[in-house]
Amino acid sequence: MELTELLEIGEKERKQQKNIRVHCCTSTGCQAANSLLVKKEMEQAVVANGLSDRVQVVGVGCMGFCGMGPIVEIEPQDTLYEKVTPEQAPSIIEALNGGETTALKGDPNHPFFAKQLKIVRENSGKIDPEKIEEYIANGGYQALYHALHEMTPAEVVQEITKSGLRGRGGAGFPTGLKWATVAKMPTGQKYVICNGDEGDPGAFMDRSVLESDPHRVLEGMAIAGYAIGANQGYLYVRAEYPLAIHRLEIAIKQGKKLGLLGSQVFGSSFDFRIDIRVGAGAFVCGEETALISSVEGGRGNPRPRPPYPAQSGLWGNPTLINNVETLANIAPIIDRGADWFASIGTEKSKGTKIFSLTGKIRNNGLIEVPMGISLREIVENMGGGVPGGSVKAVQTGGPSGGCIPATALDTPVDYESLAKLGSIMGSGGMVVLDQDSSMVEIAQFYMDFCRGETCGKCIPCRAGTVQMYQALTKILNRQATMDDLEQLDQLCEMVKATSLCGLGQSAPNPVLSTLRYFRHEYLELISH
Amino acid sequence: MDSTSVKVKGKATGVTATAHPSGDKRFKVLDVTMKRHRYQQDALIEILHKAQELFGYLEDDLLLYVAHSLKLPQSKVYGVATFYHLFSLKPKGVHTCVVCTGTACYVKGAQTLLATVEKFANIHAGETTPDNQLSLTTARCIGACGIAPAVVFDGKVASQVTPEAACDRIKDWIS
Repeated sequence: MELTELLEIGEKERKQQKNIRVHCCTSTGCQAANSLLVKKEMEQAVVANGLSDRVQVVGVGCMGFCGMGPIVEIEPQDTLYEKVTPEQAPSIIEALNGGETTALKGDPNHPFFAKQLKIVRENSGKIDPEKIEEYIANGGYQALYHALHEMTPAEVVQEITKSGLRGRGGAGFPTGLKWATVAKMPTGQKYVICNGDEGDPGAFMDRSVLESDPHRVLEGMAIAGYAIGANQGYLYVRAEYPLAIHRLEIAIKQGKKLGLLGSQVFGSSFDFRIDIRVGAGAFVCGEETALISSVEGGRGNPRPRPPYPAQSGLWGNPTLINNVETLANIAPIIDRGADWFASIGTEKSKGTKIFSLTGKIRNNGLIEVPMGISLREIVENMGGGVPGGSVKAVQTGGPSGGCIPATALDTPVDYESLAKLGSIMGSGGMVVLDQDSSMVEIAQFYMDFCRGETCGKCIPCRAGTVQMYQALTKILNRQATMDDLEQLDQLCEMVKATSLCGLGQSAPNPVLSTLRYFRHEYLELISH
Repeated sequence: MDSTSVKVKGKATGVTATAHPSGDKRFKVLDVTMKRHRYQQDALIEILHKAQELFGYLEDDLLLYVAHSLKLPQSKVYGVATFYHLFSLKPKGVHTCVVCTGTACYVKGAQTLLATVEKFANIHAGETTPDNQLSLTTARCIGACGIAPAVVFDGKVASQVTPEAACDRIKDWIS
């Protein structure tokens, strides 16, 4: 494969595409709302109306507005339809021919869409994720070519460092620094692992990226492999995401066939194989050392760090572990340059972040916004606020994060600001809570989650989460005293300070943050 | 004539070397999967997934067979099978109903939904009805938060499910 061949594939695909493309979402959310039948009905209507020469129905990835699915979008007219039923589907096609449609029209200029800045999701909902040609037609795999033929591995690492990209999995570790650490290790067997074990309940952006634009992630992994000197990558995906796994399998096969993955990528001396590893339902496997143990086929037990995986990871070899969204940012950075990427966002948090906006909010779905945007903008403007109520708190970061009270809604969304509030950016879950939500119940919900998901290896986490859960239950049953509350405070600090891995260290966060901002709710339950 | 007999012989020895004494054909499919993974021990989770897909659940005999084939200690295979939530060591019902209890679903009333279904089917989450028709389980999060509360009926995700709709759905299965 040469660059000219790659460009030819793209050109051929663009020529084949019809003037009008009817995009129908076929991701998990819309499929649950019967989008496959909608797509079929529209395809039949295209034939029935004799429009096959200029109209084409394309099954695409997620467009983000999952709460209003199935979503249908017409390009280039930019018409949007929401909650399309199979009965309405043919009329959408007839409307292209001068007819009328009964389908519910959406507003593409709504803040939910207009305020977004799409980098990671730029292809999502625009291309057929099961066709590599569509990805190539949109400029896909050019960054990989560019990196392999015009940059040294050190230059690639340098570019990522300069871009200021930070890990999107939660902790926000500088990606360039991580790459440089693995790259500096002596030459030999090294690995790239893509962490697609999106365990945070309430977060689904990684699923969406994998389902909507799998090649973007594969390309990012290959560039990472070149930069650090690895010839093997593993994509660890949750078994709960069967559609993502299916599409990744297709994508890897297509990439191999075109010589974009496998041996001698783009005719260079660089080999890169990618294998999928399917999880089996364990939240702790999102922690990097536990994930490594799971890729090796064992129980997902974490181990103490150091040594860090960058020094001794998979089978004792230097291993780079990056989150799905982080890797999906790589190709655009190489394509458009580190300076372009660094111009987006805030001083310390560059680029964009995808959030899954859910809970008691009008507009449910995925949004990609530049770092530094305020929570209020996201929740009230883009999300449309709480239907028939008001925002009480926003939970970010899932079981490792915290609840941000409505009074702090003007906080800009970046790693440091959220940490200052006692929460974390996390992987991007954002659950909106309204006046009816009991914050103690939310804390109990998360503790129940952690209690069930602790791997049991270290005592503070194994026993501490159970004790904290019991204390919270006691409070909720109005049987607690002030002594219990004091003990809960102490337990939180102890588990946080002494647990082995991130799961235990962050498990008390939802309790701590609700104690900080909503202590009166605890006190009310105790005094009555 | 000669070549045929050699072929048959070759095939026969191949089978006796790995085949399960029960002669159950599903073991053959499992063998193919293990062979594709070159009997690598680190493919244990993939192989257990396949085994569960074929047999419905992981019974002791099946775990022993996998341990033997991959030359792994039985304790290791049992340890992995019990560590992960998706592996089931008990048989499942004909139909499955998985209620998502992730945060978004929780906020939108998944607890009430689950309680209603539990009462309706007269079983708790994690149990199977006595007639073996329905298994009711919960999931930590299936990543369908935009359409919460979500329930998976026989592998198909349903969106914005009300307690009534869920009971309606399983009604035919358990009556």
